Amino acid sequence: MNNAQTSEPQSKIRSLEHRALSLRRHVLRMAERVGQGYVGQGLGIADLLAVLYFDEMKYDAKNLKWSDRDRFVLSIGHYSIGLYAALAEAGVIEIDELDTYGADESRLEMSGSEITPGFEMTGGSLGHGLGQAVGMALGLRLDKRQARIFTLLSDGELQEGATWEAAMAAAHYSLDGLFAFIDCNNQQADGPPARVLNVEPVHQKWEAFGWDTQRIDGNNIGALVDAIDRAKTVNGKPHAIVLDTLMGKGVRAFEQREKNHFIRVDASEWSALREQLESGMTPSGDERIS
Amino acid sequence: MNNMSKLSTPGVTGNILSSDTYGAEKTENAPFGTALIRVAETNPHIVGLTADLGKYTDIHLFAERFPERFFQMGMAEQNLIGAASGLARTGFIPFATTYCVFATRRAYDFIAIGAALGQANVKIIAGLPGLTTGYGGTHQGIEDLALMRSIPNLTVIDPCDATELAQVIPVIAEHPGPVYMRLLRGQVPVTLDPAGYQFELGKAKLLCDGNDVAIISTGLMTARALKAVDQLAGQGIQAALLHVSTLKPFDVESIISLLRRVPRVVTAENHVITGGLASAVADAVTNGGIPVRMRRIGIPDVFCDSGSIPYLINRYQLDATSISAAALELVRS
Ligand SMILES: Cc1ncc(C[n+]2csc(CCOP(=O)(O)OP(=O)(O)O)c2C)c(N)n1
Repeated sequence: MNNAQTSEPQSKIRSLEHRALSLRRHVLRMAERVGQGYVGQGLGIADLLAVLYFDEMKYDAKNLKWSDRDRFVLSIGHYSIGLYAALAEAGVIEIDELDTYGADESRLEMSGSEITPGFEMTGGSLGHGLGQAVGMALGLRLDKRQARIFTLLSDGELQEGATWEAAMAAAHYSLDGLFAFIDCNNQQADGPPARVLNVEPVHQKWEAFGWDTQRIDGNNIGALVDAIDRAKTVNGKPHAIVLDTLMGKGVRAFEQREKNHFIRVDASEWSALREQLESGMTPSGDERIS
Repeated sequence: MNNMSKLSTPGVTGNILSSDTYGAEKTENAPFGTALIRVAETNPHIVGLTADLGKYTDIHLFAERFPERFFQMGMAEQNLIGAASGLARTGFIPFATTYCVFATRRAYDFIAIGAALGQANVKIIAGLPGLTTGYGGTHQGIEDLALMRSIPNLTVIDPCDATELAQVIPVIAEHPGPVYMRLLRGQVPVTLDPAGYQFELGKAKLLCDGNDVAIISTGLMTARALKAVDQLAGQGIQAALLHVSTLKPFDVESIISLLRRVPRVVTAENHVITGGLASAVADAVTNGGIPVRMRRIGIPDVFCDSGSIPYLINRYQLDATSISAAALELVRS
C-alpha cells in the first residue's frame, strides 16, 4: 500500500498494516469454515478496524463495560465478520471461536448482534446505528465523560431516512465526540448505488448537514490515521469520514468480482484465495511476511 | 466461482438468498415473480417497486420484463410504501416488495396511513416471513401478522405454497384496496395440487376432514399440518385440517362451523402465538360462544436465535411432529 503522503512514522503505519493483514486472515478463516459470508465487506473494512482497535480507541478488552471506553457502534450488522476479526485480534474473544462463524448456537452470527461481547448495539436492520450513536454521544457528554463514539455505516444506509434524522441531530447538538465512517464500497444488495439509487455527492451531503467532513481512501492506513488526527482538531461539529474502499481488498478474486455483496466459495478454492491474500497484501516496505 | 452451487449446509446460517424447501418433493422457482408478470401482461396498470431487495424478493423478474414499470427505491422502506401509495392515487396498482420486518416495523406508519387509511390500492409483498431466515431478530418477521391484522382496511394473506401464491397474485391485483401478503421466494415447495385447489380471498379451505381433532393452519405451516394429519392417521386418529390463508378478513363462519363439530383444535402458524392465527381463532370462538380446547403451535414470546432453518424449526417446535403431538394430547386428555 502506498502511504507516501502520511505524516505518521512509518513504523506505526507498518505495524497497523500488519494488524490489518491479521484481520483479513481472520476474515478468510471464518468464511472458509462455512464456505460463505460477507467476506467482501470484512476484507474491505479491515484497515479502518485495525486503525480504530489498535491505534485510536481506548478500551479494555478485559473490562468491556468500562464506563470511559470509546465505543465502536456497528450499524451494518452484516459487516460483523470484520468486527469479529478485530475483537479476536484484540483479545475480546478467543481466536478459536472464529471457527464458529454462522454456526448454530454460535455467538458469531452472520448478521451480528449484541449477544457478542464487544458489540455495543444490534445493527443489521440498517439505519439504526447513527441514531444510537447520537444518543450515546449525548449521554456521555451529559455524564461529563471524555469517551468518544466511532460508528460505521454503509453507502446503502445513506438511503435510509433515519440516517439523516440522526445526522441533523448530531450537528444540532454539536457532537464533536462522534466520528461516523461511511463505507462507500460502491455495492449494495441489488448492485452499485449509482444504479440502485444514487447517493452521491456524499461529501457535500454531510457537509450540508453541518458535519466536519473528509473523503479519503479507506484502504490506506496512513490516510485513515491522518484523517482521524485532523478530525480531532475540529471542535463543535460531528465528524464524517467518507471512505472509498474496495470490497474484497487484498484478495484479487474478490476485488474483481462483480457481485460481492455475499460470497459463497467452494471448499477447493480457499487455499488459492489465502495465497492471494498473502502475496497481495505485503505491508509497505516489507518483504513478504509469513 | 459458483455462487449458488450448494444448498445451505446443515448447522450453518444459510445465505440470505437461499430458500429452504424443507425436503419438498416438488418446488417451483419464483412463483410470485412469474405470476406478477402474467398479470401485468394484460393489465398495464400493474407497477413494481422494491427497496434494494429486487432479486431477493423475485420481483427482479418483473423488472427485467417491464423495466419502465419498475421503480427501484433504494434501501428506504418508508419511501417505498409512501411512493407506492402515491402511485396508487394516480391509478396504478403497485406491488411493493421488501422483507416482512422492514415493511411492518420500519414503514408501519406509512402502511397504516398512506396505504390503509387512504385505502390506496397498494400490494405489499413481504419476504422472509417467520422462521424462513436464520438471520436472527433483525430479519425474522415473527410478529408481522399481528401488526398488519390490527390495521383497519388492510387485507392480510399468508399463502402456503407455490400453487396458492401464484393464485393469490391475480386475485389481489383485481381486488381494490391495500393488501399485505407474506412472500415465499426462490425455490418454493408445491404442496397443493393446482388442479384441485382454488384460492378465494377471505375463504378458509378444508383440506382434510375428520372428527377427532381439528387443525387450523396458515402459511407454510399448512404443509407441516398435512404431514401431522398423516402422522395422526397412522395412530388411528382422524384429523380435520382447515387452511386459512386470508387472516383478514377472517373466515369466522368456516372456523365456527368446524369447531362446533370438532371442539378440539390445534392452531399452527409461522408467527408468534400472540396476535396472529391463534388469537384470531380464539376471538372467533369466544365471540361465537363455543367451548373449545385449544393448543397453539407457533413461535413463543421471544426474539429467536440465529441459525440454520432446520435447527430453528426444531428449537421453536414448528415441525409436523409438534403439531401432531399437540393434537394427540388434546384427543387423549
Ligand atoms: C432496513 C433494512 N432494509 C433492508 C435490508 C436488507 N439488506 C441487507 S444488506 C443490504 C444492502 C445495504 O447496503 P450496503 O450496506 O451498502 O451493502 P454492502 O456494501 O454490504 O454490499 C440490504 C438492502 C436491511 N438489512 N435493513
